[in-house]
Amino acid sequence: MYPDPRVAQLIEQNFIPVRIHVKEQADDFKRLGAKYGAQWTPTILILDSSGEERHRIEGFLPAGDFIAQILLGLGKSAFTRGDFADAERRYREIVDKYPSTDAGPEALYWAGVARYKATNDPSALVQTAASFKQRYQETSWAKKASVWG
Amino acid sequence: MAVERREIRWQKRLEPALEEARAQKRHALLDFSAAPM
Repeated sequence: MYPDPRVAQLIEQNFIPVRIHVKEQADDFKRLGAKYGAQWTPTILILDSSGEERHRIEGFLPAGDFIAQILLGLGKSAFTRGDFADAERRYREIVDKYPSTDAGPEALYWAGVARYKATNDPSALVQTAASFKQRYQETSWAKKASVWG
Repeated sequence: MAVERREIRWQKRLEPALEEARAQKRHALLDFSAAPM
């Protein structure tokens, strides 16, 4: 599990990792699975330090897609706590390093929103809409951003 | 670029991990798994 060293490094640098095994920790799986609504494996949750879920990954993903989802979760968490600069940094890392993953267009959208929230400058949204005219045109995120351009 | 191989040190209990996460200003990654241990 997680043989890719990039995945291990990302996890070690950002998380306290906890693994609940469905069979070997059946009681914990039942209790925490009920609490967080996890009914399938693998289900991976990014929790803030108060235990609030910030992002969910269900099912296997290849390493690049998995890393992008982890970064998306870290971006969401930063956004939720109002650290828009950190959120944008996480989102831009996805767009720059993992552009072809499913997380790519979502990250591009939220990077624009995070910059707007940090600066109150509407041009951040206009630029994001322009970016969506160059890439990810067929995604729902491009449709959402289209009102800005 | 070579990336140093690391082993993930998984914990088995969530509550102490959340305490550690608070102390280290990190997140917790909770993995519900059926993978061989």
